[in-house]
Amino acid sequence: MKFQLDDNKPIFLQIKEQLEDSIINGTVQPGERVPSTNEFAKYYQINPATAAKGTNELVDEGILVKRRGVGMFVTENAKAILIEKRKQTFYEHYVLPLKNEAAKLNIHKSELMEMMNREETRNEN
Amino acid sequence: MKINVKNVSKTYKETNALDNISFTLEEPKIYGLLGRNGAGKTTFMEILSGQILASEGEILIDGNNPFDNQLLTESICLIKEGDNFKKDLKVKNVLQIYAYFYPTWDQDLADELIEEYNLNLNAKVKTLSKGMASALGIIVGLSSKAPITIFDEPYIGLDAAARKTFYDMLLEEYETEKRTIIFSTHLIDEVSLMFEEVLILQDGKLVLKEEADVLRNQAYAVSGPIQDVEQFIKDKEVIKRKELAGMMTAYIYGDMEQAKSAGLTAEGIPIQELMIYLTEKKEA
Repeated sequence: MKFQLDDNKPIFLQIKEQLEDSIINGTVQPGERVPSTNEFAKYYQINPATAAKGTNELVDEGILVKRRGVGMFVTENAKAILIEKRKQTFYEHYVLPLKNEAAKLNIHKSELMEMMNREETRNEN
Repeated sequence: MKINVKNVSKTYKETNALDNISFTLEEPKIYGLLGRNGAGKTTFMEILSGQILASEGEILIDGNNPFDNQLLTESICLIKEGDNFKKDLKVKNVLQIYAYFYPTWDQDLADELIEEYNLNLNAKVKTLSKGMASALGIIVGLSSKAPITIFDEPYIGLDAAARKTFYDMLLEEYETEKRTIIFSTHLIDEVSLMFEEVLILQDGKLVLKEEADVLRNQAYAVSGPIQDVEQFIKDKEVIKRKELAGMMTAYIYGDMEQAKSAGLTAEGIPIQELMIYLTEKKEA
């Protein structure tokens, strides 16, 4: 959980991404209840309607399910759906900036590949 | 309640406090009303709450003009920066009067807040410190449960902890029962996360009305080498530009991903900063 939200990025998106991260890294498991919009509102001192927008999108995407009167829960497929989604944006969010920065620094493609390999060996040791 | 602002102008002698503004607030939301000193915010709130008349145009609330209309003003509560209450009254009498005036008054909430703020019920208004007078205003504003509640810089003299209590209570109330809350303040960074929609006034005109999250997504700062940024912004609406050492930052509206794909750095602008750039005096 972030301590504070940023004012320069849509709040509903920050709530949404935070829940996504918790599901991907396993902090919240399938079948577990996630905080209610009111709990989010209180914790971050944000508008409950804005928090609801974030969680509603996750409901629409099949990542959360609402049980009336009880709360919102992580679905069985949540993690798989999220990983698939994140893979699709991986290129623009991580590869593209990497390529741009490398170009700025005149780092050649082969050098870049070598760095990736080196990192892998380092992790293995 | 639906608020319909129709071509409203207000002129004081030679100055135009409001200059032909029109917009509609359809739903109960928390609205942030922002702008520099003298932008016309207070005048707008006074017309909305039926305390003064517009020089031209009118504000209609569910189709009716609030001026001299008691039935309607029972649905509106305006808490100003100061002088909200008669100085010779005791705190408990002030509360009695408002409890009587507002059909939606919530005495339990008032009691809870009185305890929270440690307010002395037997003190006269004129003996209250600035902070305590503000606390009384906040208690009345929240407890009124008026469908339209307006806070105009309501917390002079309140310390950060007491302001936080106010924000917590405001959100709690709003969660249990949605109502239109119009919030005008200069402490934007403290409250901007609570706004659903932002209105910015400048020299009596409405320069912006947008959902807060849409603003956070669409107003952004793009930076990079001057030529690249120049090229990127040439067909876009630019709010402000700054240059330093061959680099340029331009504040614009649009799709941030576009800038990133063009290899430029793009970052959202906090609402407080956006307000400042939008209302800066334009260089001649």
